[in-house]
Order: sequence, then C-alpha cells, then structure tokens
Amino acid sequence: MADVNAKSVLTAPIFKNNPIALQILGICSALAVTTSMSVSLVMTLAVIFVTAFSNLFVSLIRNHIPSSIRIIVQMTIIASLVIVVDQILKAYAYEMSKQLSVFVGLIITNCIVMGRAEGFAMTNTPGMSFLDGIGNGIGYGFVLMVVGFFRELLGAGSVFGFTILPTVQNGGWYVPNGLLLLPPSAFFIIGLLIWAIRSFNPEQVEDNEFKIKENTKPQEAV
Amino acid sequence: MAQGNNSIKKILIVAFSLCIVCSVIVSTAAVALRPMQQLNQELDRKTNILNVARLYEPGMDVEEAFREQITARVVELETGEYADQFDPDTFDGFEAARDPATGRTLSGDRDIAGLSRVENFATVYLIGDPDSPEQIVLPIRGQGLWGRMMGFLAVEGDGNTVVSITYYDHAETPGLGGEVNNPRWQAQWEGKEIYDEEGNLAPALHLTKGGASNEHEVDALSGATLTSNGVTNMIHFWFSEEAFGPYLAKFRSGTEPEDAEDNDTDFDDVEGA
Repeated sequence: MADVNAKSVLTAPIFKNNPIALQILGICSALAVTTSMSVSLVMTLAVIFVTAFSNLFVSLIRNHIPSSIRIIVQMTIIASLVIVVDQILKAYAYEMSKQLSVFVGLIITNCIVMGRAEGFAMTNTPGMSFLDGIGNGIGYGFVLMVVGFFRELLGAGSVFGFTILPTVQNGGWYVPNGLLLLPPSAFFIIGLLIWAIRSFNPEQVEDNEFKIKENTKPQEAV
Repeated sequence: MAQGNNSIKKILIVAFSLCIVCSVIVSTAAVALRPMQQLNQELDRKTNILNVARLYEPGMDVEEAFREQITARVVELETGEYADQFDPDTFDGFEAARDPATGRTLSGDRDIAGLSRVENFATVYLIGDPDSPEQIVLPIRGQGLWGRMMGFLAVEGDGNTVVSITYYDHAETPGLGGEVNNPRWQAQWEGKEIYDEEGNLAPALHLTKGGASNEHEVDALSGATLTSNGVTNMIHFWFSEEAFGPYLAKFRSGTEPEDAEDNDTDFDDVEGA
C-alpha cells in the first residue's frame, strides 16, 4: 500500500482491484444471492455497510489488538455488525429479509469483509479504511448487480421484478432458462465477466504458476 | 505491533472489553427493534391469511379487515372440537409441537410431511360467521426440497372444496420450487376437492405431472418434483386423521345431501367410462 489516497482507495476496487474478479473473494455469496436484482441490491448495501464499519472499527483499535487474537477480534466486530444489519432488515425491510434469509447472516463468512479487515484496516488509518471498505463493497456490489441482471433477465424474464420478457408460465412467449436460477450458473457469468475484465486490463492476467506439459501421446502409453 | 500488546494481561483486557462492547450493541439492536419486527411478522401472517382467503387487495387496511372478517379459534386436532383454554392470538402451533404437554412425536411412516413433532392443537381462522363459516383457513407445514415450508390452505365451509393455498415461509429454489407462490399456479387450486366421494378420511388431493385431469389433482410445479412431492405430503398429512381430518369431517357431514348425491353420480360416470 505505497500510495494511499482517498480517490484510489475508493475507486480501485471497482475495476482495477475488484474483490471478486481479481482477488476471487466472496464467490460463495455471489452465487447465492444473485437470483434477482433487488435481492442483489440489498445484499450489496448490507455488505458495503458491514465492510465499511468493520474496517473502521478494526482500524480504530488496530494498535491495541494483540496479534495472537487478531482474527477473533475481527470476527467479533464483523459478526456484531452483521447481526445489527440483520435486525434492522427484519424491522424495516421485512419482505427483503425473508428473501435474503440466511445469507445476511452469512456475510460474516464473506471473505471480502475479513480480507479487507486483515489486509488493509490493520495497517491503515480509520478514515482510509472506511473508504476502502466502501470501495470494496461497491466492487463486490458491481459484480453482484451484473450477475443478478443476467440471471434475473434470462432466468425469470424480468429486471428488478418488472417483466421485460413475458414468460411462458405467465402466458408470454419467453421460455426461461431454469439453469440461470440455480447457483452454478453464476459461475459461468462470473467467469465470463473475469474474462472480459482481464481482456480489457491485460495487466490483471496472472503468470502461469505451472507449465502444462504436452498431452501424452498414444505410443507412450504402450 | 508493540510487544506489550501480546502480554496475557493485554490479551484478556482487549478480549473482555471487546466482548462487552459488542454484546451491548447487539442486544440493544435486538431489544430495540423487537416490537417492530413482531409487528411485521404479525402483519405478514395476517396478510397471508387474507390472501389465501382471496380477501386481500393491495393497499387495504389489513388489521381492520382481519378484525372484521376473521375469527381465530384453537382446535383440538384429535377430536376436532374447539379448545377454548388457549388464546388463539397467542397460541403458536410450532411452539406447541415442541412442548410435551401439547405436542407429540411422529414416528417413521406416519411422519410423511417430515415434521418429526406435531402439535395436538392448531389455530384455524374462520371467515364470516364463526358458527357456519364461509371459509376456513388452516395452517400447514412440512418439508420441501431445501427446508421447512410454512403455509395456509383455505377451504370452503363444506370442509372439502379448496379456495387457495399460499406459503409464507419457504426456502425453495426461486423460479422452480419457489413458484408455489405464483398466483397462476395458486389459482389452479380453486375448486379442487380434498376428499373423495366415498367418505375416506385419507385425503385424495395430490399434485400430478402432465396436467390435472380431475378435481383431486393439481398440476405439479415443472422442474420442482421434490417440492411438489413435499406439497402433496403436506396435504396428505394435514388433512388426514392425524391433523385436521376430524375437524373438517364435522363440516362435511353438515353439507346438504343433494351435493353428496351429485358427486356420487359424477363418480359413477367416470367409472363407467
């Protein structure tokens, strides 16, 4: 973290250092909550809130956290924030909390939150850490919204619940692609997205860790 | 980090004070928001009851409509009689199932809906005149594909004809099993009959693949066989002698004889064909 300035901390995680696309963190929840865009949006807001504030609090007490229990300390802060978010959703957005069900609770295990607390907030000032949390939350949310858009449009024929392609079940013409409503489909979309981002930003392509050997020829097997 | 941070004293102080601060925050949020959450749950339950009885319109005053049109009563499932020792507003069937005094354990083959424990009493919602209701809304629950599904089924005053079904809490796959709450699918339930004409206490209503052909069949959800099986099992359990069978039997025996005769004729025709 050589140059820590507010703008890059906030915007870098969206394309240049996207937590899902480059760091490949937080895939699990990206598979689970992207069946519709409104759910993705609420999940995004919840994650932004949790990452931002967990970064802030971890950074505030970073000079007092004993290194031997730092992970537990971070987890406790994150878990408390997640419970608060869950309670608020249940009180003010009941329908949404029903749809998100356990996934709000599972923000605790979202690698992005923990990764930023350990990787950034432990060594940076509270203000920067807060912005870093917001930036990474937005980066996560960006991928979620893109995945959610394709899954909802092609899987259910709607965007934010508004019908774009009237489906056969509702008397229209569009035969929805059921696979896109199932979690594995998000793998394909995230994969394509990573491909697109890395074609655009070739410096994100990682070096091969291993050199793949040529296929065995049939003669060698004999 | 300074060496001082890793002394046992410092570790204990940090861990202890962090726990205190976090637990205060969490419990404050939980306690302060509890009334609001309960209000939401209550409203959601009432909305669902009105919805399944086809009385719900968007924007209506749910509380008022509920007060005016719906009477809640607790029924003893075994006898089918009303049990007035319970207050229907506070009686919770799910809690009652866990209490040994008001619930029982279901064993193996009798537990078709995957409940493991079931209550001996249940809250029913009567629409219209409580003595001869137009509709009766009954709570049902059971195992779907991913987890427990909780819902309501509304039957007409004859104790046999379905009005509608709805699930207010389930974890089925959106777009597949989650279509249990698609209004178009729910509309297919209207007019279906739970019991056959021969007076069997076992429910005849079930979901079937490839289109419903009679009044005991409802088209299953496409791409959601296990959810559909769950729904069928739930119907079979909750309308059997184990649950609402005896209660609804009282309504069925009270129906006009003409109706019963009509049904018999239909049945003979089907058999002859």
